[in-house]
Amino acid sequence: MTTATTTTNATVATSGSVLLTLMKLRTFIALFAVIAFFSIFAPNFLSTANLILMSKHVALNAFLAMGMTFVIITGGIDLSVGSIVGLCGMVAGGLILNGIDLQFGYTVYFNIVEVCLITLAVGIVIGAVNGLLITKLNVAPFIATLGTLYVARGFALLSSGGQTFPNLVGKPELATTGFAFLGSGRLLGLPVSIWILIVVALAAAYVARYTPIGRHIFAVGGNERAARMSGIRVDRVKMFVYMFSGFCAAIVGLVISSELMASHPATGNSFELNAIAAAVLGGTSMSGGRGTIGGTIIGAFVIGILSDGLVMMGISSFWQMVIKGIVIIVAVVVDQAQRRLQQQVTLMQLAKKG
Amino acid sequence: MHPADDDNCVLRLEDVTKVYSGIVAVRHANLSLRRGAVNVLVGENGAGKSTLMRIIAGVEKPSLGRILLDGREVEFHSPADAQRHGIGMVFQELNLFGNLSVAENIFATRELTRGIRGIDHRAQIERATGFLDRLDAGIDAETLVEDLPIGQQQLVEIAKAISLDTRILILDEPTSALSAAEVDVLFKVIRELKAEGVAIVYISHRLEELMRIGDYITVLRDGQITGHAMVKDIDTRWIVRSMIGSDAKDFAKSVDHRLGQEAFRAEEVCLPRRTGGLAVDHVSISVRAGEVLGIYGLMGAGRSEFFECVMGQHPHSSGRVFVGGTEVGASDTSGRISAGLALIPEDRQREGLVQALSIASNLTLASLDRFVRFGFHIVGAREQASIAAAIRDLSIKAPNPDFEVTSMSGGNQQKVVIGKALMTKPKVLLMDEPSRGIDVGAKADVFRTMRRLAGEGLAILFSTSDLEEVMALSDRIAVMSNGRLVTVIERADATEEMIVKASAEGHKTTREHA
Repeated sequence: MTTATTTTNATVATSGSVLLTLMKLRTFIALFAVIAFFSIFAPNFLSTANLILMSKHVALNAFLAMGMTFVIITGGIDLSVGSIVGLCGMVAGGLILNGIDLQFGYTVYFNIVEVCLITLAVGIVIGAVNGLLITKLNVAPFIATLGTLYVARGFALLSSGGQTFPNLVGKPELATTGFAFLGSGRLLGLPVSIWILIVVALAAAYVARYTPIGRHIFAVGGNERAARMSGIRVDRVKMFVYMFSGFCAAIVGLVISSELMASHPATGNSFELNAIAAAVLGGTSMSGGRGTIGGTIIGAFVIGILSDGLVMMGISSFWQMVIKGIVIIVAVVVDQAQRRLQQQVTLMQLAKKG
Repeated sequence: MHPADDDNCVLRLEDVTKVYSGIVAVRHANLSLRRGAVNVLVGENGAGKSTLMRIIAGVEKPSLGRILLDGREVEFHSPADAQRHGIGMVFQELNLFGNLSVAENIFATRELTRGIRGIDHRAQIERATGFLDRLDAGIDAETLVEDLPIGQQQLVEIAKAISLDTRILILDEPTSALSAAEVDVLFKVIRELKAEGVAIVYISHRLEELMRIGDYITVLRDGQITGHAMVKDIDTRWIVRSMIGSDAKDFAKSVDHRLGQEAFRAEEVCLPRRTGGLAVDHVSISVRAGEVLGIYGLMGAGRSEFFECVMGQHPHSSGRVFVGGTEVGASDTSGRISAGLALIPEDRQREGLVQALSIASNLTLASLDRFVRFGFHIVGAREQASIAAAIRDLSIKAPNPDFEVTSMSGGNQQKVVIGKALMTKPKVLLMDEPSRGIDVGAKADVFRTMRRLAGEGLAILFSTSDLEEVMALSDRIAVMSNGRLVTVIERADATEEMIVKASAEGHKTTREHA
């Protein structure tokens, strides 16, 4: 907000603008607050080992939250990501361990790269199913993705009869070794999953800012009718965001099973809620049209650091839930207050112009 | 000032002004409503009639001025508040719950109850049937409102207002969807209410209706009251003169230029109405490059629907569209835009702008492909350059193109919508009520732009319900009524009376599809 030119009511405008700036930076402030708080009260919080461990935890949620951010910006919601995580983990585990049994005495095995690609494709396909339900069959996003939540989870459980696929070391003769690299490998001192996060986050931020599809995502969420009138192919945009969300969830499925070297069908239960929370905390508006990838990543860090820090302080996990809930509510309340203040400041500037 | 201050006056507005963000809708209006009479209010779209009535009905509060009811000053905080004082209103846009029955709609918020045993549906239906019969509506009080055709919905709305037992009844364009027979019945009821001493406020664009039913007439122009008289003393010419005024608005001078080849042709465009009949009824029209075609019509004449069909917004529409002599194959909006068509929609807020985006992003929204390298990368410099050019060409007053588009006045927002359409480099520009809801200065800018674009060889079709506008801006004038294209006249041969007469053409006969 430029306030330099104002003459009358300058003090009011300035204080309004300062407050507005503070509110806009609220996610940053929250991040610094939690970091400062836990550096003082949680032992070893600032040690490198702990920071890297926390980042790995955060990364999982951050992937989902990025996909979720695009979906929410278009005015939708994706409840199925947690289940996609579970199913994709099972797909990867199953392919490494058992391959695909062709039912007539042959079993096809894929090498580890192919396994990863197939898994990602599964995530994207489920996202595409969500997208088709929403665009072609006109199902409300909440219901469509609630449905795929159950379906995907069901298939995950069916794939192994509810059992875990253990010990995904793979066999050298099938070129299925090396799965552990994703979850526990390191490049230049940083975990591989963090590098992937950086790459995907930069790509997503680039898409949001510098590509037509990114602009279209915001337009569809801001005013779908106007977007349609402007010749934007709204259905394609929606397909894209749900497929991207599925892709992000597939990455998380791969990373988690790689970290554990095992796939469990219940993995990812209720992850979607954390992802929504991170997006909202990062300033994404549930009514669509507003949000940033950067904000969402910070939001994911706030939530992740909060839960890890509280664990380190030895606070009961029950209290953790209470605190997390309060943080989310406060974030949204501040968001609304900011919106109102912003309108007031704009109106005031308009009034002053005459 | 006028012979209003007799004891027949039930409600008076004194020096009422209403300001919305960026626009003065009503300025210093003095108005008296008499009991036992039909007080007619007339004026062009945006003249402030509806705003004035919304103030009386408690929907809006006046920014300045006071309301006197029976000589005492009152303040209405809500429509319910006004209703308690005996003021009922039938709004231009219907305010009915489609998912509820007719009886439930009529008694909404004042349901007939039987103590704790809940709503007495039978009594409601009985009484609702009474009101409906009075209107000869032939509507079953138990049907859902959404299952009724729009004309009958309007009757339900009127029945609801009558059921309020009001002292002042405001009817805002009550006949826009009624057939001639239904209008007759409505007028009969209005006369009955008048005899009971109800003060009726009647707003309509149809001048011959006003002459038939009105007792007192008040004319509004640009938010000001410009004429007041007894209906028996005046004629339609007086009304038109007061509506338009002698001081001409700032229309851009028509630039003499040669018209080119045919740029746009629509053949047999049809759009079925959801409630039966055709919203656009076999419209065929052709426009040459550099020509401005004004489409005049009343609300619901099908002008917006015709434009939407041309832009591929309605999958159920039929007919063919040609640009530059070749048929446009694509049936979706994106395809139509790349074929060289562009639409400036009537409802800026709902269809024109993405409020959450900046001025700049709104401008380039429809034409991002022009700024792209490698198929995906938006080249910032190229985008900025055309944004700056658009802001300059259209004289948009944007302090900073990165501000949200809602931070500007209505006129500038409209210019952004126009800029967005022009950025797609159209050959044919459709403008649906381009001057709606913007101030005089911005209007002049918009008109100038239209002239300039026509001079550059664009074919322009614009719709309006402003007589003066259509007369001043068009090379040819088309009149639509009830979905049909009634007539197309050369500007030189057209008179205001011809146009007004033609615009009522479609409503003469009883609805065939009811």
